[in-house]
Parts: sequence; C-alpha cells; structure tokens
Amino acid sequence: MTVEQEHELETLAIDVNVGPQHPATHGVFRMVLAIDGEKVVDLVPHIGYLHRGAEKLSENLDYRQAIGIQDRTEYLAAFNAELCYVMAVEKLAGLEVPERSEYIRVILAELNRITSHYMFMGAYGTDIGVYGTAFTYGFREREYIQDVFEEVSGDRMMYGYFRPGGVAWDVPENFKERVRWVCQQTRVGIGDIDGLLTRNEVFVSRTRGIGAISLEKAVDYGLSGPVLRACGLKVDLRREEPYSIYDRFDFDIPTGERGDCFDRYAVRLEEMRQSVRIVEQAIEQMPEGPILPEKLPRRLRCPPGEVYMRAENPRGEYGIYLVSKGGDKPYRLKIRSPSYCHLMALKEMTVGHYLADAVVVLGSIDIVLGEVDR
Amino acid sequence: MIADNVWLDAFVRLLAVLGLAILVVLVLTYVERKFIGRVQMRLGPMRTGPYGILQSLADTIKLVVKEDLRPASADRWLFELAPIAAFVPAFAVLVALPFTDSWGVRVLNLGLFYVVAVSGLSVLGYIMAGWASDNKYALLGAMRSAAQLISYEIPLVVTILALAMVARSLNLVQIVEAQGRVPFIVWQPLGFFIFMAGMLAETSRRPFDIPSAESEIVGGPWIEYSGIRWSILFAFTEYSTMFGLSVFGALIFLGGWNWPLGLDLGWWWQLILIFVKTTFLIMMTLWMSATFPRLRIDQLMSFCWKLLLPMAFVQIFFNGLILVYKWPDWVLFLTSGGALVLMTFLIYDATRVRAPARAAPREAIP
Repeated sequence: MTVEQEHELETLAIDVNVGPQHPATHGVFRMVLAIDGEKVVDLVPHIGYLHRGAEKLSENLDYRQAIGIQDRTEYLAAFNAELCYVMAVEKLAGLEVPERSEYIRVILAELNRITSHYMFMGAYGTDIGVYGTAFTYGFREREYIQDVFEEVSGDRMMYGYFRPGGVAWDVPENFKERVRWVCQQTRVGIGDIDGLLTRNEVFVSRTRGIGAISLEKAVDYGLSGPVLRACGLKVDLRREEPYSIYDRFDFDIPTGERGDCFDRYAVRLEEMRQSVRIVEQAIEQMPEGPILPEKLPRRLRCPPGEVYMRAENPRGEYGIYLVSKGGDKPYRLKIRSPSYCHLMALKEMTVGHYLADAVVVLGSIDIVLGEVDR
Repeated sequence: MIADNVWLDAFVRLLAVLGLAILVVLVLTYVERKFIGRVQMRLGPMRTGPYGILQSLADTIKLVVKEDLRPASADRWLFELAPIAAFVPAFAVLVALPFTDSWGVRVLNLGLFYVVAVSGLSVLGYIMAGWASDNKYALLGAMRSAAQLISYEIPLVVTILALAMVARSLNLVQIVEAQGRVPFIVWQPLGFFIFMAGMLAETSRRPFDIPSAESEIVGGPWIEYSGIRWSILFAFTEYSTMFGLSVFGALIFLGGWNWPLGLDLGWWWQLILIFVKTTFLIMMTLWMSATFPRLRIDQLMSFCWKLLLPMAFVQIFFNGLILVYKWPDWVLFLTSGGALVLMTFLIYDATRVRAPARAAPREAIP
C-alpha cells in the first residue's frame, strides 16, 4: 500500500449576479460578484441600463429647456444640479443674478441636500437590514421639506424652478416662516435618525471598517463629496472656490478618519446639520427685491466660448462643461457626475469583504443611477 | 381522553392543534403588519374589513389562488416536498406543549428535550428548498440557514439544560409547577437572554434574518417559491415556530399558567395567563425585528460561539455548584444576573458608539 497523497479539493468561485432588478441596487445597476463562500473575490460593475442620452438631448434644446434634463439626471438633488447648470449658463452668457434670487437658490439647494441625505439614510438602513423603520423615519422628515419645494416650485421632483439669471417666479409670502419651521423639524429629525442608527450597535458593527479606502486611492479614483471627506481630506467646493454666495455663510466641513462606510454615513449626518445652519443664516439675510435681471432677453443666446462649472452636490463634485458656438442652444454639454466616479472605485472598496458587505458598500457611496448613466 | 378510541382521540387532538396553528398564522401575520406599521408611523392594513382585520384572509385567498410556479431546472421532488419538510417540525413542536395543567395534545416526560430536538429539524426543509431551486441566492440562503440554525441550537440546548437542572425535570408540566410563584426568569436571567437570542435566530427574525436577507439574497431559500408553497414554507413555518417557541419560553421562563396569581386557578385563567405571556414574548420579537439591522454571518457566528456558548456553560457550571452544595435560590439569581451583566458589558465594550445630540421639541406647522 502506498501512502495516500493529500490533495486539496479544487474550489471555484461562484459568480453571483446582483441586479439590474435587485432591491439593493437603488435603480437599475448591475454588478457581478465572484464569491468564494461568502467572501467577495471580484466585482464587475455594469452600468448603462438607464442611459437616456441626456447630454445629446440637451444639445437640441435651448438653454432654458435643458434645465429639465438636469432635473432628470440628478433626480434626488435636482435643485443642486439645476444650480450648477444655470451657473454655467450665466457664466457663459455673462448674466448678473439679483441678490434675492441667489439667496432663494442657496436655501433651496441646501434643503435639497438635506432631503437627498435623508433619502440616503433611509435607503441605507434598509440595505443594512432595518425593516423599513429608518426608511419611514427619513421619509417623514423628507416630506416636510418636499412640501416646501412643492409650495415654491409647484413640483415635488422635477422642479424646473431655477433660470439663467435667477428663478422662475418669486417664493410664496410665508416662505421665511415655513423654512424656519422646516429647519426646526430637521434638527429634530436628524436626532431621530441619529438615535435609530448611530446608537445601534448592530448598525455600527456592520459599517465600521467596511469598504475603507485610503486617501491616496480615493484621490486617484477621483472620488469627491462625502466619500472623499470621509477619508479625512477637508475639501468642499463651497469653501474652496465659493460659487454663488457661499462665502457669506459660516459652516463647518465635517470629515471622517478611516474612510469606511460608517464615516461616510457620519459625514453625511453632520453635513445635514451644517446645511440647516446655512439655511438658517440665509433666511435671516435674505433681502427683498427683483428675482430676475432687468435686461433679460426673451431668447437667451450665449456668445461663442466654453465654460466648466462645478458645484458641491450632495453626492460630490457635479460638473457642467458647456461649449457654445453662438445661438440659443449649447453646442456641447458634458456632465461630470460624482456617482459615476464612485462606482469605479466600488471594486477597490468591496473585494475582500463579505457578500453582505457588498450591499452595504454600494449603499454607502449613495449612487443615483440617473446621474451615472445620464 | 376526548374520544373512546385511541386513534380517534389522537386524530381529534391533532386536528385541534392544526386548527390552532392556522389560526395563529392568520392572526400573527395581521398583528405583525399592524404592530410594525405602528412602529414605522404607518397604519398598517386598513382597507380589508374594519381596521384591515380581514387582511390575512385576503392574503390567504390570494396565495392559494396564485400559480404554483416551479423553475424548469429545479429538482422536482425536493422542490415540492421542501415546504412540507420545513413545516412539519414547526407543527410537531405544538403537539408536546401543554397550554394549561390539563390541556395539551400529549404531555411527554421528555417534553423539553422533544421540543428542542424537533424544532431544529426545519433546517432540513430550508436546505432542500435551497438546493432544489437551482438558484445561487437560494443556495447561499440554504447554506446560511444551515450554519445559523445548527449553531444556535447549541447554546439554546445548553441553557435549557441548565434550566432543567434547576427544575429537576424534563416534563414541561412539572417544570411549570416547579416554578411556583417565582418564575425562572428571575433565577436565570442569563438563561432567558440566551433563550431569546436563540429564539430570534431559530425563527430567522431580525437581527438574525440572515438566511432570508431581503436586501442581499432576496429571500434566500424561498426565492423561487410562489403561491401556496411559499406560504407553507415561509409564513406557516416561521409563524408556527415563533408561536411554538414563544409558548415554550412562556412555560419554562415565565412560569406558564401559574404566576403570579397562585396555583389553583380554573382553566380559563390559566389559558388567559399563558396567552398573555406568549403575546409578550411575540411582541418582544416583533419589536426587535422592527428596529434592528441585520448582523453579518461572521458576526452572528462569533456572537454564538464566542459569547453565548461560553456563557451558557458558565450557567451550567454555577447551577451545578449550587445544586451540589445545596445553596439557597438567591445564589442562582446572583450568579446568573452577574454573568448577564458581564455579557452586556462585553457586548457594549465591543460596539461602543458616541452619544447622539439631544433633539429639540417639535413645533406645530405654521
């Protein structure tokens, strides 16, 4: 008898297809995970299921009509996307914006940052496994702000309210009062979410140390916004190159230390508090006056030229690259979307963690598929 | 004896328990949806009947009428038998449970052992379902449920063993009588904690709903099931197990039908008491499942093997000392309570977080 040779059993990684129809993908995103047992060894993101040709469509619409495309690209923070776009057009056309409109825009954009982060908190709770409780908590608070948006713009999602040079029409009379009340509610609501998730041991143990990415890698991948700040870099476009009137407000830039999922969550939570601060300051300073410049042409034409405008959106750096060759339509419009860059770093963050963590990491970068695929 | 013939008698009793199981499933689905709805600031079902009380009935009709789909690549017999393999153990648990001192299908001398042994068999149905579905999510779910249910069986058994040492019996009726006016939850708080954790894991409720994790593997073993098979595999098994284990917990930890009003009560009082205690345990389960996120599989395993199991053995050790040296009962409380405090501290220390800011009071809408 010979001694039996010990040989290891050959094992194969299983490919698990997550999406495009899957509760954790927040839309129609698909990722193929190769898993060894429960460990993720490889990840391939597939995007493009929501591609609608938004950039090309914008070239066939005039400058004002293309605002609607921006709403539909970044649908969870439409005011922020609109703001970035109209600022790009203003820069190109050389339009002056009245003070009152600047304040209205900043207030709405910051409120929209809060609703977007509420959406993140709710959906993230569900990703981690809270049976909808975080979701309903977040949505209740989001609804208060959504009501204000509806009162101002007439719509709950695709607002179409900002215009190159100002806003479409003036805000209702009780706007200040309503916004002050909403700020009060939001402070309470943030405390609720904080108590429900941050104080929960299971939530913390699920997010601490998961999906960590080093600062160098994060910069290399072009990450921005809360995901970058969670790595410890104190960078915020509202502070670095203040657009609109952001240089007039006093606010802090929260940063994390480890760049993991918990830090991303915590940075967003603190950002909501800072947004409330900005809104409260803005509502006190808001002047009376006109909302559009006096000499606004009926048909907006931009002189030939090109411009790149970037703004700090809830998800990160949102950029609009606009080329004009004269006329009333953009010759080329390119959107730099933060979620797209974040998705490219998904493999870096996920590989080595468990299958359950892949969902947590995907949730933590807070993608909006309309913005990824455009 | 309900009837003269032994077989007829057994048949009638079984029918009664089956009726009870169906009733429990119908009521529990409604209660869960209402209760979790309230936790989430919703109303829950409101449209079918007054306050939506007919919702479970409507759901049942929908599920029975729905098409019973089977994937073409599924293993036919395993796929079709899996729901029954999962449901029968959950149902068989109810057979051995006494509801009052004289009501029960069969009161066994080894009732405690029987309940624990049989309730663990459901895992077979899950593995069958996961394998037969020919679906990767289902397979992952089956593997997870095998790992989870078998691991949590062990601390559950060990802690119940410690309890049986104190009660000096495996007969459920005698265990209830041994508790007298002071239930075992007072003497064995650590045992109760381990039992609750094990019960949540056995019934796959949050934070232990890893086998069916909806945001990861979308339902796990029952991803491919629909209609009546889904309702047997999922709803019947889950709610029957939850009810069975809650009655079991009420019997062995909360003093069953006795406490606190005395020992010589009529059967209606006993029924009411056991019902209240069972409801209390079920509501605890629902409350936790409404607010807790899900653990990860490795955290679940280390929680079981590194914390629950050693603590359960600590409990056995102290109980043994107390029985051998005939120390008074309050030493039981001290050792078990002390161990529970120690365990709470260990959990707290492992997952410490910062305190949230105090929330300001709300104002009315202007």
